[in-house]
Amino acid sequence: MYGKPLPVLPATKHEKTGAFEFITTRKDELAGWARKFSLFPYPFVTACCAMEFMAVSASAYDTDRFGAALPRFSPRQADLLMIVGTVTQKQAPILLKVYEQMCEPKWVMAFGVCATSGGFYQNYASLPGIDKIIPVDIYIPGCPPRPEMVIDGIMRLQETIANGKHLIVNDKF
Amino acid sequence: MTALSIVSKLQQSLGAFGQTSLAHQLIVCELEVPQFLAAVETLKNTFAFDVFLDVTAVDWPNDALRFEVVHHFYSSTNKIRVRLKCRVPEAAPVVPTLRPLYGSAGYMERECHDMYGILFDGNDDLRAILLYEGFVGHPLRKDYPKQLEQPLVPYRF
Repeated sequence: MYGKPLPVLPATKHEKTGAFEFITTRKDELAGWARKFSLFPYPFVTACCAMEFMAVSASAYDTDRFGAALPRFSPRQADLLMIVGTVTQKQAPILLKVYEQMCEPKWVMAFGVCATSGGFYQNYASLPGIDKIIPVDIYIPGCPPRPEMVIDGIMRLQETIANGKHLIVNDKF
Repeated sequence: MTALSIVSKLQQSLGAFGQTSLAHQLIVCELEVPQFLAAVETLKNTFAFDVFLDVTAVDWPNDALRFEVVHHFYSSTNKIRVRLKCRVPEAAPVVPTLRPLYGSAGYMERECHDMYGILFDGNDDLRAILLYEGFVGHPLRKDYPKQLEQPLVPYRF
């Protein structure tokens, strides 16, 4: 392989065939396609589901394949808020502040049954599901959820993003 | 002193303050509130109980003396543990603070006050430690409604 001269085509002989010269698409679809593969998650990790979050981020399951692997540790740089674990009543104002700091477009994932509905907690201390205080786009139940479920959740969220309306698309673009 | 003689001496001297018994090889002493501070001072000064393990309470809703305040101590030189129990009524759930004797007692007394509403006489810093400001009631009391939530952020629905 090494030492073998690579074929160099002279520029004059290269002719355009017409294939893949242009594609047609909807502007909405283009923005959705771009956004669904560049999810920057902000992990709001409060409890034991974090172990599963680490497993799903690590090489065996690898959320990088979906473009959702690089966690941003500032909500201002993130567009996917992952609530991983139980949220207590005392924590709720912090979660709300984090959510409000995120710029549009933003999506919220309830990771695990505690974030989804409070799970087996029903008492003075814990919030019965984060959707009581912020809107949620995708729920992943399980205690903790299997990595396959998380990946399925990410793929469904990508589907939602791809089919959704994107406000960046207006009459100027 | 062998370990056995320390235990018997300890049991003997705690007997002066209240009724002693053994539970799971742990010396338990049930005493009245007025004797409490003297008993702890004896534990600390005579028997080298240098570690304050925890303070909690038990709620007996049908009893006249409703709350049982439970203290645990550990001696790192003699390697023994002691449990002190004293009963207090609901109207005046007061036991003396142990902050002057054990620095770590302050935090655990705050937690006990959060959960059961026990007042620690002499501890003027019983702010909420696990609960939040504005929380009404004491959630580990038996008469706290099990599903009563006191949200800090208003619910969306």
